[in-house]
Amino acid sequence: MDFMTILQLSDSSLRLATPLLLACLAGLFSERAGIFDIGLEGKMLAAAFFSAAFAYSSGNVWVGLGIGILASVVLSLLHGLASITFRGNQLISGVAINFLAAGLTVVISQTWFSQGGRTPALTGDARFNEIVLPGAASRIRDIAQQEPLGQVYSELLSGHSILVYIALLIVPLTWWVLYRTRFGLRLRAVGENPAAVDTAGISVVGLRYAAVVICGVLCGLAGAYLATGLSAGFVKDMSAGRGFIALAALIFAKWRPWEALGACLLFGFLDALGNRFQNIELLTLFSLIFLFVVLIGGILLLLRCISVLRGTTSVRDLIGPAITLVVGLVFAIGFPQLDPDSGLATWLSSVVLPVQLMQALPYILTVVILAGFVGRAIPPRAGGEPYVKER
Amino acid sequence: MDKMPKWADILLIPLISVVLALFASGLVVYFIIGENPFRAMAIMVNGAFGSAYGWGYTLFYTTNFIFTGLGVAVAFHARLFNIGGEGQAYVAGIGAAIACLLIPWPHWSLALLAVTILTSVFGAAWAAIPAYLQAKRGSHIVITTIMFNFIAASLMIYVLNNIFTIPGSAETASVRFPETTHLPNAGEFASFLGFRSSTPLNVSFFIALVAAVGVWLLIWRTRLGYEIRAFGHSETAAVYAGINPIKITMIAMLISGALCGMMAINAVQGESEQLRLDFVAGAGFVGIAVALMGRSHPVGVCFAALLFGMLYQGGAELAFEMPAVSREMILVIQALVILFTGALDNMVRMPMERLFLSFRREG
Repeated sequence: MDFMTILQLSDSSLRLATPLLLACLAGLFSERAGIFDIGLEGKMLAAAFFSAAFAYSSGNVWVGLGIGILASVVLSLLHGLASITFRGNQLISGVAINFLAAGLTVVISQTWFSQGGRTPALTGDARFNEIVLPGAASRIRDIAQQEPLGQVYSELLSGHSILVYIALLIVPLTWWVLYRTRFGLRLRAVGENPAAVDTAGISVVGLRYAAVVICGVLCGLAGAYLATGLSAGFVKDMSAGRGFIALAALIFAKWRPWEALGACLLFGFLDALGNRFQNIELLTLFSLIFLFVVLIGGILLLLRCISVLRGTTSVRDLIGPAITLVVGLVFAIGFPQLDPDSGLATWLSSVVLPVQLMQALPYILTVVILAGFVGRAIPPRAGGEPYVKER
Repeated sequence: MDKMPKWADILLIPLISVVLALFASGLVVYFIIGENPFRAMAIMVNGAFGSAYGWGYTLFYTTNFIFTGLGVAVAFHARLFNIGGEGQAYVAGIGAAIACLLIPWPHWSLALLAVTILTSVFGAAWAAIPAYLQAKRGSHIVITTIMFNFIAASLMIYVLNNIFTIPGSAETASVRFPETTHLPNAGEFASFLGFRSSTPLNVSFFIALVAAVGVWLLIWRTRLGYEIRAFGHSETAAVYAGINPIKITMIAMLISGALCGMMAINAVQGESEQLRLDFVAGAGFVGIAVALMGRSHPVGVCFAALLFGMLYQGGAELAFEMPAVSREMILVIQALVILFTGALDNMVRMPMERLFLSFRREG
């Protein structure tokens, strides 16, 4: 495991985390306003198809992006209609939207393109191309000859499509909107206690529709990135459960934007791992996972330190990330030090995990995280319940 | 509650919702695909009910959907949303293959008994983990069951590539089950109705009907069923009445998983007679629409399953006759049925309630 491999893994983790992150933030807006949204998956899928279809026919990816977002918002409004206006079951509505998107995307693409439920491959301006930051190398051969810091800059930071950078910018933006604006305060209040918001003379219905539309826009970005950034065209069922993983990441992140970034990076990493190592030895897998735990623990600790310095968090909140960091460090350093001839090491490197297990890893981890082994997550109190103005 | 007569609540509203869903599907066919929706409907109905061949497939699919529909319905009674029927059926298929391939059965009835037990145990086991996590740790059962669907799909690929393989063949399927496990099909026990020996309809259809009666007895005639329904209506009230929420969550989900798993009797032992990669073919998800449409009542589930059996078989015929209409159109119809009968229920219910109220004032 050399430095370049780790860099490449981190690079593809970031790419694969982007759609998760966008969908996760979409869910964050919706659920913070008290509307559960199982339909993230369907909205992503619809946006992926429509963005690819219109990017192909117009030759301009921005047109595709616009139409993709529009399609996602339409499905969002349908969810809003069912769960806000008609006070229906939000889970059932979300499930219906997932099936609707899964069916309609294939039916329409078959009618328009007759390619077995996929769109033609996108080229040139019809997809989001990689942006090479100033001073960065783009060819692998050039990157390999750079200094380590230059390699990080060229491989990890440079060379992503614009939506990756946008997604990363939306994290602080979400934080700012939620915690520093009047709209954000009301949005959070409507998810906790809609009756209080109503008493204050603010429209619960209006706020919830606003949240649902924001959710649609973000899901649209996520879907468009899938079809026009991550790959070049739409393929049937290409969202592959990312909408649900994003929901799990949201719970893991306890409905907070910065934590959502960390959670999505973790899932993106697992995805990248499964893609790169088809048959991985247990030993390599363990050292990689602990390396990542160090990374996440470190970032969390840094962020928490900043907020402790600003007086918004108590020092006690540092304990969790610190323990994560130390445990991760011990194992990450310990594993490569293991005597290669010892029983444990030979056993660990003799066990080769089957490729199917690697592909199921993000799903298994989702269950593990949901099982709450990582801490208690308390959802917004009014989540999932329709608001009845007068009983 | 008594704004409407009971028949309106049970029959009229689901009927209107389904008609609305079919109407919306017709709009999709007309405006997006550009085919005549009435002709499409005629082809589907004819393809499903026009011949013994059609009936055979329609009732075969119906059998699948009765099992999964009942499974989802039992969970619904406890207000649990089991989206994992697909995965539970996959894993149950492995159970069916184990039962058929490992033991040389002297007679199909013994094999059927073993397969029934093993599929329900495997299905229930796959539902047990999400159920436990929901009951004990409060993890969202919708997300965990969906994750278990994905995990089951991976497991299935692993099993068919590494354990149940056909020597010297690249096909991802198990070897064919021995002749003694062959279930009598409608061509053998009901040839007087015109069924051929190639029809997929087999005796497990009757097991599905027995299961429907069993679920009715369980839900409305036993103490456990009462506890499940009480828990579904109000968890706090149920707990106050001394009902153990963890026990009810577990039991309801285990029964649900077992019923979804029993779908494999029909599809694996009954039809393909080998373990194939995609034998579930969306039946677990159709179960959701079937349970919603049938109002979680076994009779309603059976009729809704018949409707979806018709859509599946008719849809296959439609794909032949009108190549522009792809098979995924069924998924769209299914989604619209779930949307209208489930999520948009109040859209139909509110105006109907007003209508009945105004009738009553006049009368």
